[in-house]
Amino acid sequence: MSDVQACLLLAAAMFSIGVYGVLTRRNAIGILLAVELMANAVNINLVAFGRLHGGPTGQIFALFAIALTVAEVALGLALVLLLARTQRTADVDEARLLRG
Amino acid sequence: MSGLEVLGLSLLAGVILLGALGTVISKDLVRAVLWLALTLVATAGIYLKLLAGFLAGTQVLLYAGGVITLAIFAVMLSQRVEGAGVRQESRGLVVGALAAIAVGGVLVAGILAAPLAAAAAVPPPSVTDLAASFMGEFLLPFEVLSVLLVAVMVAAITIARRTDP
Repeated sequence: MSDVQACLLLAAAMFSIGVYGVLTRRNAIGILLAVELMANAVNINLVAFGRLHGGPTGQIFALFAIALTVAEVALGLALVLLLARTQRTADVDEARLLRG
Repeated sequence: MSGLEVLGLSLLAGVILLGALGTVISKDLVRAVLWLALTLVATAGIYLKLLAGFLAGTQVLLYAGGVITLAIFAVMLSQRVEGAGVRQESRGLVVGALAAIAVGGVLVAGILAAPLAAAAAVPPPSVTDLAASFMGEFLLPFEVLSVLLVAVMVAAITIARRTDP
């Protein structure tokens, strides 16, 4: 097994754990943390494929993905703060303002 | 791979998977954030193994530095911190585990079936190569990204701002 393949398998395991977290967590911050795990697994894949093919493109994509993920987390946590302030909870099951 | 490389990669993978499991299982939200920090730092080690040194530095600075700090602040500001820690609950454990195993199974099957060659023998890209790519081939997305970051910053401030007097 090459080290690229090992990294891909590791990323797959990490992504699955992230899926489990997104599906089972009730706290919005917990869900965001699990999304972080999934994004991180994708980054490992990008770098591994960049290593497989040579050239800087894989790492460039990973850097773009990191910047986008950080932006997403900043926005998501701001939304969680707003939710916590207006609804007095960060539990996604109790946030049903838009449910008819 | 030599024996020592296999050992190092296995250690890193073990730490990453332990941290990932801790992140999604831990009952204490603050501990979950710290488990995530462990995972992210170990991921920087994987980047070093894949000869992406600049990316490893970025990972530690942005993720382990920025995101973890943000998450800790969000936990402290949004929860009623009382006593030992911030409890949180999970639901649908069986369904979640089944879905995760299904996703992981598909991914692993695909990876094992793919005809992957060994890593390219070319030297890894230097920071100079990365900078040349950012300023050359990827200049437009690079600039668009800066606009997006400004938009996100303004949006985050607007959303989280206290509106009551």
